[in-house]
Amino acid sequence: MSTPSPDQRQIEGSRGVAETVARCRPEVICAYPISPQTHIVEALSALVKSGELTPCEYVNVESEFAAMSAAIGASVTGSRAYTATASQGLLYMVEAVYNAAGLGLPIVMTVANRAIGAPINIWNDHSDSMSQRDSGWIQLYAEDNQEALDLHVQAFRLAEELSVPVMVCMDGFILTHAYEPLAVPDQEKVDAFLPRFLPRQVLDPGDPISIGAMVGPEAFTEVRYLAHLKQLRALDLIAEVSREFRDTFGRDSGGLVRSYRCADADTVVVALGSVLGTIKDTVDEMRTEGERIGVVGITSFRPFPFEAVSRALAVANRVVVVERAFSVGVGGIVTSDVRASTANLGTGRRPREYTVVAGLGGRPISKASLRRVFTDAIADRLEPLTFMDLDQDLVNGELRRIGASPRSGPTAENLLHELRVNARQIPERST
Amino acid sequence: MVAQPIKFYQTGSFAVGNRLLPPEQRSVQAAPDRANALTCGHRACQGCGEALGARYVVDAALRASGRQLIAVNATGCLEVFSTPYPETAWQLPWMHSLFANAPAVATGVAAALRAQGRTDVRVLGQGGDGGTVDIGFACLSGMFERNDDVLYVCYDNEAYMNTGVQRSGATPPAARTATTQAVGPEPGNVFGQGKNVPLIAMAHEIPYVATATVAELRDLEAKVEYAMSLQGARYLHVLVPCPLGWGSSSADTIRLARLAKESGLFPVFEAERGVITGVSKIRRRVPVDDYLRLQGRYAHLFGAEPRPDVVARLQGCADRNIQRFGLLDDEMEESGEVRQ
Repeated sequence: MSTPSPDQRQIEGSRGVAETVARCRPEVICAYPISPQTHIVEALSALVKSGELTPCEYVNVESEFAAMSAAIGASVTGSRAYTATASQGLLYMVEAVYNAAGLGLPIVMTVANRAIGAPINIWNDHSDSMSQRDSGWIQLYAEDNQEALDLHVQAFRLAEELSVPVMVCMDGFILTHAYEPLAVPDQEKVDAFLPRFLPRQVLDPGDPISIGAMVGPEAFTEVRYLAHLKQLRALDLIAEVSREFRDTFGRDSGGLVRSYRCADADTVVVALGSVLGTIKDTVDEMRTEGERIGVVGITSFRPFPFEAVSRALAVANRVVVVERAFSVGVGGIVTSDVRASTANLGTGRRPREYTVVAGLGGRPISKASLRRVFTDAIADRLEPLTFMDLDQDLVNGELRRIGASPRSGPTAENLLHELRVNARQIPERST
Repeated sequence: MVAQPIKFYQTGSFAVGNRLLPPEQRSVQAAPDRANALTCGHRACQGCGEALGARYVVDAALRASGRQLIAVNATGCLEVFSTPYPETAWQLPWMHSLFANAPAVATGVAAALRAQGRTDVRVLGQGGDGGTVDIGFACLSGMFERNDDVLYVCYDNEAYMNTGVQRSGATPPAARTATTQAVGPEPGNVFGQGKNVPLIAMAHEIPYVATATVAELRDLEAKVEYAMSLQGARYLHVLVPCPLGWGSSSADTIRLARLAKESGLFPVFEAERGVITGVSKIRRRVPVDDYLRLQGRYAHLFGAEPRPDVVARLQGCADRNIQRFGLLDDEMEESGEVRQ
């Protein structure tokens, strides 16, 4: 690793996010512990208690549902509000997540991406935030920790300009718990970049209004449509804010999508989040061997940048979408949006599409495994939906048990038992 | 004019009108410059106890705060009937988020006001019994435990009335609801341990807990006013009869609230930091029969196959309250006086 530049410090991703959020001067922070998000709110707790971040109310709530609800109350009273969560916590607050979006409240929330149980699993994948793709929140996915920090500054700006809540999604543990040289955005620059919060709607005794009335069929469609328009407007604004961020801070962060070695790429890998690093390394290696392969990283998953993705895939003959979550009974979640993008290429030609589900529940995504599926894709022998590194023997064993007995018992426990009996590890296949 | 001390038997209903009281004790609603936080034109049912209770509570809180008040409302009847937009009956900043989160939203409002240095603006949370004792209970307890500067008022009509009268954790034993029907050998709601949220609130040792009914509006206002003089988490539990859900006459709302208290079924008291500081004594004790017979939800106890055994169990509940909270004056207690 290279020596940190003067504005960088060797800190944990969570610490960096906490310091960055503090520089955005939130007035209310609602905190509830859940791994792997906890270090963020812990660090913020110290920043508020020590007086470094002031004025700010740090509320230790009794649940994620209360965390989002208190953020709603704070935001509608005209204060910049922030919270962070993950996994089960995000699901526990879902009703309030939709409510915040429906009310159009510019709350910013970090989601430290983690799998959803059962079976309970604390490790990284994207099933938590993907479950909220239709909630009306903007969803930005960080490729690395520096981007995670920077996206928070941009998120507050986007949220408040559009009056819409924003989720900054960063891979749990892989990013949140990684120590690396990070530049926490400079306070003066943040202040210049992020103007004072001017709420579009506010509870004020001097000008009493009612918020949260029941809306019937006469206007519900229009309210929802306006939320959709806001997201479409965000497509422009996300790109604009990213450019302005680069001008102010001198770094490329955010935006809608980012292409890597795509210009002549016959095969393009699409992904979001920290796996992009491993994918780029793999692609670099395959490039040296003459493969025409590139990468498209999606930063803005909601709104989905159909046009930008369409442009990025314009010359590709093959698209491999690597997903850290999937829709059970269907397959790829991101894939369906990518497919819709390529349908508009206008060339009458559609690339072959493959979905690779990888890294569920924290299973490592290795270069070796990626290279294998990419190679299979290039040879057009990859299944349209592939579960990377799936232990087929383990699966078959359980299928046999289910067939053999009407009371075969709990699947997850059966698999763990069999793994131990066989003294096997998660397969580390060599290439 | 010097007012005479009240002798309650002078009024047939045992209620006290403003005209019998010295000016300083008269109801806020008697004042020509009352706040009218909840204006007419809302869509509550005729005889709605909740509308009456909310109007008195919010007006008293507005007056106590010099109109610097923000209200957060749980989903429920009060929310629905007050804001059939573009009409809203509220004359103060008012917000509805969800069914279960009113106390937490109120926490957020209070936190924002604190961060903004707006110490002059106060926060009122309100909801029905479903939103308070059941689905919103976790948020309520959290708000209590943190001692957030919120006055939370539960308007208790003892079931989920907005969805069509289903049982809540505040539904009394034997009462008929759509999910505890008057059929089978044990008709109506089960006899359970009950979920007494005022007592649970007291266990949090918050600054102030009180119960009240819409039969004693001056008492209700006085409690709101006192609550507003304190900082931190405060809880007010107001019994509000519901003609629709209780199967009672719209004209009997006040009478039923009074009988609930006078029978001992609904003890009216206040507490500070977990200790009871005052109890509204029963003025003229009545058997629970008087209260139950006016309500369709108990009709199965008095019909073709009467259930005196169940009525006796309910009387036992009232008697226990009377003893537990000391609801009778010593004198009345000794004579064992019960109006027949």
